Formats: sequence, C-alpha cells, structure tokens
Amino acid sequence: MKKTPLHAVHMDLKAKMAEFAGYDMPIQYSEGVMAEHNWTRESCGLFDVSHMGQITIEGEGVTEFLEKLTPSSLSVLKNNKAKYTVLTNEEGGMVDDLIVTRLSDDKFFAVINAGCKDKDLTWMKSHLPQGLMIVHYEARALIALQGPKAEQVLKEALDIDASDLGYMEYMDFGRCWVSRLGYTGEDGFEISLPEEDAVIGWNKLMAHDAVKPVGLAARDSLRLEMGYPLYGHDIDATTSPIEADIAWIMGKMSNTGFIGAKRIMDETIKGAKRKRVGIKVTGRGVPREGAEIFTLEGQKIGELTSGGFSPTLQAAIGQGYIETSFAKQGTPVLLRVRGRDIEGEIAAMPFVSAKTKKTLKKAA
Amino acid sequence: MSEVKYTKDHEWLNVDGDTAWIGITTYARHALGDLVFIELPEAGRAVSKGDDFAVVESVKAASEIYTPVTGEITEVNETLADDMDALKEDIATGWIVKVKMTDACEIAGLMDKAAYDEYVAGLE
Repeated sequence: MKKTPLHAVHMDLKAKMAEFAGYDMPIQYSEGVMAEHNWTRESCGLFDVSHMGQITIEGEGVTEFLEKLTPSSLSVLKNNKAKYTVLTNEEGGMVDDLIVTRLSDDKFFAVINAGCKDKDLTWMKSHLPQGLMIVHYEARALIALQGPKAEQVLKEALDIDASDLGYMEYMDFGRCWVSRLGYTGEDGFEISLPEEDAVIGWNKLMAHDAVKPVGLAARDSLRLEMGYPLYGHDIDATTSPIEADIAWIMGKMSNTGFIGAKRIMDETIKGAKRKRVGIKVTGRGVPREGAEIFTLEGQKIGELTSGGFSPTLQAAIGQGYIETSFAKQGTPVLLRVRGRDIEGEIAAMPFVSAKTKKTLKKAA
Repeated sequence: MSEVKYTKDHEWLNVDGDTAWIGITTYARHALGDLVFIELPEAGRAVSKGDDFAVVESVKAASEIYTPVTGEITEVNETLADDMDALKEDIATGWIVKVKMTDACEIAGLMDKAAYDEYVAGLE
C-alpha cells in the first residue's frame, strides 16, 4: 500500500488507518469522527490529502486544450483563480472532477482525485496536442486547513498572510502553494508543499491551539453536509454534469466544443431523465450508498449514492439520483434499508450553509 | 446464579438459567466510535447462532451484532432506541435482547471474563 509523506505522523497520533485509493490513510484520530467534524466547523481541522494528484499543464494553447477536456469556459478564468470542473468522456459522463487554477496565460495547476490519477493522466495524454506538457508532482504533499480559524492559524503557525486571498484564489508563497478552497464548506486552505517540508509544516500547524487533525471519515461527513459529490459514488463515467446538477460549472455555456458535448447539450435543452438530489431522512435509521428510493406508493424512483449521519443536523442525510419528475424539493420518499422502509424527503443542498470566504473586493 | 460469558465478536452474555441477556463490550463500544442509531429486532423472532439480530449505525458505517446462541428473542431493550449511551457493558441497563436458549451447550465454547480480557489484550 502507498503512503503519504505524513504516514508516520498519523501512526504517532494513533490514527485508525485504512486503505483508500491505494493509500494507507487516517480514517479518524483519537477523538473520533463526530468531534473532528464539529471541531472543523467551530475551529480548524487539519487534513492530510497528499494522496490526491497534483499536476500542471502548460504550453501555448493550454486553455483550448482544457476547454476540450472540460465543459467549463476557462478562457475567462483569470490568473490565480481556481475553478471546480469535470473531465468529460465521449458519452458525456465524467472521467473525474477536479479543481483547476490558472497560474499564467499558458499554465494551469490542477488537483485530481487519488483514485483517478492514473486514469486521468492517461486520458489527458491521449488528447494532448504537440507542444503541451503535463507534469505530475508526485513529490509534493497536500495539506488542507479548514475551519473559521484557518486564516488566523495560517498566519500564526506558518507566517503566511492570506488575508488578501479571496475564495477560490491561489497564491504562490515560494515552497508553499496556497489555495483558498476546500471540501468542507468552511473557510480554509489547501497547501501544497514539497514532501520534505510536509512533516515540519504539519507539526507547526498542529502546535496551534485551534488545530486538531481530522481523518477521512469526517472529511466525508463534512462534504456530505455541503452536498458536494464524491467521484466514484455520486458522479462517475455514466453520469452527466446535467444529471449531477452541476450545470453551473459550464458558466454561460460559451464552451461548446468539449468532449461529450452532444449529450450534455441535448440534456441542457431537453432535460435529463434523472437528477442528483439531496435527501433528508425524517424517519429512524441511516440509509447508506445503494439504498433504493421509492415513492410512498412503492414505485422505485432512484438509488442513494452517498448516505450518512450529519453531526451538525443530528439527522441522517444523503444524496442520490432520482427520476426528474420526482426531484422536487419536499417530495416524500421511502428509503429501503435491510428490508425496512425509512421516511425521507427531497431536500435542498447544501444541507448546511457554506461559510467559505467571499471573494474580496479589490480596491481599484 | 448467573454467569457472564464473552465472544470473540465482543458481545457479553449474562446467562441466567436458559435465558441469555446479550450486549456489547466496552471494547466493541470504543471500536464502533460515535453511535447514532440502533436498529432493534422484534420480540418473538427466532434466531440461530451466528445470525445478526441488531444493527448499530455510526456516522460513517453500519455494524451488525450477532447472536452466539440459538433460541427466541423474548425481550428487547427498547430504551436503547432513544438512549444510545446506555448501550454499554452494563448488565442491568446495557443489554440489547434477551434470548431464551434452545441449546445450552452453545455457551460452553464462550470465554469467561479472564479469558476475554486476555483475548482483548492480545488485540492491542
């Protein structure tokens, strides 16, 4: 099994470890998922996400290349701005979801899912025009610092002043590449740093009173409260961005020449048959991925793709795909768990309001 | 006179005549983490050794609880549904079900307290 540069630190912290995407990763630390989740919402959680892939793509024509691979209009993305998007396949499904950041006219930085790294690189290289270059930064760690105290912690622990950095903005601090974004709905940062700096950087952040380590279990419950999709579960090679209800990644739809555009354009006009929705459980129980969704009359209308307990709401929540005609908010549904039907309803996502920093208005 | 037995799956059984009160040990409670829900069976259900009879849900996952004895569930501790904290190694309040056993020999293979403590120590 592969290890991140912080593996020994997790062992010292006596984390409960398990395999994730080929890596031996911390699932939770000593305080457990509930406390870690709440700490991230109240203070500041520290996550090792070094298993994720960090790449740059550069060369003349890189924007056009990425507008072929993704349905987003990246030509309007300014320098040092990040954007959430997806790699589409020929059928209009998704190869992966990712964050791309424009570093300059001819260079983008991207963070891709751990479990998709090999597939994504093969996919990108198979479409790569002459003159463009992809670099995979396997010797860099990635640490996420998430929570309302993240800006203060970054300043006090690492002497990085990010007060001028807006949401979805990137800044190069020499050895540290800092992006103000995350997967929790909180204000926070993802910090890319050379692997030889990872342990010292982690320990400096951990030494701050406001910081506690958070494992992948709470990372999942945090993202679930935000209604963020998890690749391989809530989105995959068969689901389109329209079905996944992330059409907003296409902006004003000025990009029409991307891979898989036909299905996605058709669905934009005609609508998709199924749609990703949030589900709030009102009955007793915790439906998980794979639970079938029924109408009150017993007609099967969909399936849950993620499910778990929300520590913030103290209720079970989930997301799944449902026939579009039943996707209206407030529609009552039944979720079948081990032969028992649990009541729920279609709910708006996010389940919990995001507290990400608003993009700062720059003085003229 | 009752005696308490333990399983390798970290359940305790308080055996009183032909009735076993079944719960989960402190070790199991700790390993399961933050529990948020328990799915309890109906009284009257017949169970065979190795059957799951209840499910506990944590934030992240569901875990089944298995019966080490064959028989009929005669009583269910419904108070657990509203008070997950009561689910612990406490014979008076932490039991999940009472099973009227049909094969008393099944408890012969279970561990006593000393053997269980040694077993748990070996896991750490």
